[in-house]
Amino acid sequence: MKVMIRGNESIAYAFKLARVKVIPAYPITPSTLVPEKISEFIANGEMDAEFVTVESEHSAISAAIGASAHGVRVGTATASQGLALMHEVLFIASGMRLPIVMGIGNRALSAPINIWCDHQDMMAERDTGWMQFYAESNQEGLDLGIMAYRIAEDERILLPAMVGIDAFVLTHTVEPVELPEQKDVDDFIGEFVPHYVTLDPEKPATLGSFGFPEHYMEFKYGQWIAMERAKKVIDEVFQEFEERFGRKYKRVYPEFMEDAEIVLITMGSMTSTTREFVRRLRAQGKKVGLLKLTTFRPFPKEELKALLKDVKVAAVVERNISFGFGGAVYGELAATFANEERKPRILDFIVGLGGRDITFKTLEEVVKIAEKAEKGEDVDEVNWIDVNKEAVLKAEGLL
Amino acid sequence: MNYEKEEFFAPGHGMCAGCAAPIIVRWVLKLAGPNTIVVNATGCLEVATTAYPRTSWRVPWMHVAFENAAAAASGIEAAAKVKGEKLNIIAFGGDGGTADIGFQALSGMVERGHNVLYVLYDNEAYMNTGIQRSGATPWGAWTTTSKVGNANPIGKLEPKKPMARIIAAHNAKYVATANPAFFQDFKKKVQKALSYEGPKFLHVISSCTTGWRHDPSKTIEIMKLATDTGLFPLWEVIDGDLENMRITYKPKKFKPIEEYLKPQGRFRHLLKNPEYVKKIQEQIDAWWAKYGHHYHK
Amino acid sequence: MDVITRGAVIIEPGNSVENKTGTWRVFKPIINYEKCIRCMICWEFCPEPAILRYDDEETKKKTPAPKEALKRLPVVEIDYDYCKGCGICYNECPVKAIDFVKEEK
Repeated sequence: MKVMIRGNESIAYAFKLARVKVIPAYPITPSTLVPEKISEFIANGEMDAEFVTVESEHSAISAAIGASAHGVRVGTATASQGLALMHEVLFIASGMRLPIVMGIGNRALSAPINIWCDHQDMMAERDTGWMQFYAESNQEGLDLGIMAYRIAEDERILLPAMVGIDAFVLTHTVEPVELPEQKDVDDFIGEFVPHYVTLDPEKPATLGSFGFPEHYMEFKYGQWIAMERAKKVIDEVFQEFEERFGRKYKRVYPEFMEDAEIVLITMGSMTSTTREFVRRLRAQGKKVGLLKLTTFRPFPKEELKALLKDVKVAAVVERNISFGFGGAVYGELAATFANEERKPRILDFIVGLGGRDITFKTLEEVVKIAEKAEKGEDVDEVNWIDVNKEAVLKAEGLL
Repeated sequence: MNYEKEEFFAPGHGMCAGCAAPIIVRWVLKLAGPNTIVVNATGCLEVATTAYPRTSWRVPWMHVAFENAAAAASGIEAAAKVKGEKLNIIAFGGDGGTADIGFQALSGMVERGHNVLYVLYDNEAYMNTGIQRSGATPWGAWTTTSKVGNANPIGKLEPKKPMARIIAAHNAKYVATANPAFFQDFKKKVQKALSYEGPKFLHVISSCTTGWRHDPSKTIEIMKLATDTGLFPLWEVIDGDLENMRITYKPKKFKPIEEYLKPQGRFRHLLKNPEYVKKIQEQIDAWWAKYGHHYHK
Repeated sequence: MDVITRGAVIIEPGNSVENKTGTWRVFKPIINYEKCIRCMICWEFCPEPAILRYDDEETKKKTPAPKEALKRLPVVEIDYDYCKGCGICYNECPVKAIDFVKEEK
C-alpha cells in the first residue's frame, strides 16, 4: 500500500510493522513525531505496546535495555543532543548484546544549538558497538528500520542498530512510501525470539556483571566478531528483502562506476542530489561515479577497496567533522587503503553542517577540486565547502 | 508462600565484613520470593556481588549503570506489563545512585507510577569509590571530599537530603524509612511495600564499617542508636499523604546523640566541640517537636 | 579454561559460593550450644549469610540446649567456609552464647 508519509512516520511504521512491544522515548527535534505517532497508534488500538514517556533520553535508552533484557522487542528514536546524552549507555547496550533498534533524526550538535541536518550526532557514536545505517529516503528509513530488527536479533550478531534519517530533509518531508503488508513483515522478521540470556525468574541469571582485566577484553572481542559477522548477515537480509519486497539495498551502493575516474562518496539524503548531479556530469562526458554508504558500521572495507582501487580520486562528501583531524568517512576510507598498493587519491569535503543545503553549486566546487587533484595538482586534503572563511578568519583574529 | 528459610543471596561475595547492605538485601529477597527481578545501580552492592564469572544472586539480576536503575526498572516493568506478567521488580541503589546521580530517573519512575519497589540502602556517602560525600551524607560527617581541618572543623556543611520525604511528596504509593536493627518493623515495611501496586520507596539506613569508621561487630548496635537517638526516625506515608505520616517507633527514652556519634570515626572531630553536638541534638529535638505527634501507640 | 559468555552474563545463580571468604577471618565466632536459646537473631543478621539454619527434628533434638523445651526450635551453625569474622553475631546474641576468639592460623 502506498502512503504519503514523513521520515519520522517511516520509523514509527517500522516499529508498528515489526510489532515492537516497548517504546521508551523522549521528544527532541526532529525526531519528536516518532513517539507522537506511536502514541497515536497505541491510542487507536493499532499497536499493542507500552509507550514509556521517560524523563530524558538517558532514561529512554536505559529503559530500552531493561525491556530488551526482559525479552521483548524494543525501539526508540532520538537525535543530536538526545543521542549524545545517551552516550555512556550506548556502549552498555552493545556490551550487553541487546538487539535494540533506534531511529536517529540526524541533526547537528550544539554549540551553537542547531536543529538542522548533519551527521555529527550519529558519527560521534560510531565507536559504541552499534550497527549504523543511513537512509537516503523515507522508503529507506522504513525498510532499514524493519530490516534492522532482523539483523540485530540474528543469533550470529546480537548487537543494537541505529537507522539515520536526515533532519527535516527526511524527517519532516512527505514522500511516497510503499508500506509492506503486516503479514509479509511478520513472515520476514518472524516472531521475537530472544537468542540471548534474559531476566527470567525461571532461569535466574546475572546481566551486567563486573568484568576484570582477566575477562573484559574477551567480551569486547566478542562484539568485534559479531560486527564482522554482521557484514554477511546484512548482505543476506538485504538479498532476502529484495526478493520479497522488490527493493534493492547494498552496504555500498555503486552507480555510474564503469570507467569512473573521480568517485563521489555520500551518505543519507544528499545522495539524491548528488545522483542527479553525477548524471549531468556523465551526460557531459565526465567520468564521475557515485558510491552511497548505506552501512557505516560495520565499515565496508572490502567493498570500498574493490570499488575504488583503480579510481583516480575518491571524493568523500560528508556532513560531519572530527576537529583536529577531518571527516570520519574520509579518515576510515584512508585507513582502509593505507596498506594497499593500488589506491585512489582520497579527498575530504566537509559540507552541509548544521543544515546548510547541499546544492549543485556545492558539488561543482567539490568536483572542481577533485579534477585538480586528478591532474596531479596540489590541493588540500580536507576541504570545507560553502563556508564564509573570510568572516571566520576575521573573528579568529587572523585577518 | 513463605520463603524466609530460603537464601536468595549467596555467600562468597566481597562485601566488607559487617556491612549492613547484604543484611537488607537477604531479607528483601526472602520477603519478595523467587518471582522477582532485581535491578542494581552501580555501587558497593553491585560491584562486590557480581565479579564475573561469579554472582551471589539467585534471582534474575541486572546492572546497567550508576544513575539509571530506576529507568531500567521502568523498562522491565513495561515489558512485564505488555507480557501480562505478575512479578516483583525491585531496584537497589545506594545513596549515590539514588539521591544524587540517580535522582532524575527515580523521580521519573515514581511520577509515571511504575510498579517497582525501590530500596535505597543508605550508607551516607559514595562508599564504593572510597567514601566521598553525597547529598545523603549527614551534616558534620567526615568524608574524603568533606575533610576536616583548621579551615573546616565540621566536615560536611550541608544537611542530609530528605529522600524519603521527597519521594513521598511525589505521591508514591508507599514510602517508609526503615532500619534493619528494628527488624520486625523493617520486615513489616518490606512486606507492606510489596503488597501495593505502584511505585514504592524504602529508605533503609545501612551502616558502613569502612566509611563510618566503626567496629564491624557494632553494625546493628550503631544502626539501633541512629533510631534510638531520634536521628533516623521510622515512619511510613501512603499515597503521599504526608500530613498523616505514621511514625512506627518512638523511643521510650531518647538516647543522647553523643552515644551515636562516639563509636564512629567519621564524627570523632565533632565530639571535640560541644557546640556541634548541640546543633545536631537541637535538629533532632526540633524534628520530634514538629512531627512527634504522628506517633500513635 | 575460562568460559566467556556473550554480554558477560552469568547463568549459574549463586555460584559465588565457590569463593570461600572464610579466609578473611581474623577473629572467629564460636557458638556455645549450652547457652544458645535458639532465638535466631545471629542467623537473621549475618551479612554473608554464613550461619546455617537447621529445621529438621533430628538436628533440633541432638544439638544441646540450655533447656529441653528449646529443642523444638531450629538450630544455627556457623559456616566457617564463609564467615568473615565481622562479629555481629557475637555482639547481638542476647545471651552471650557466642565466643569471639582470635583465629588460629
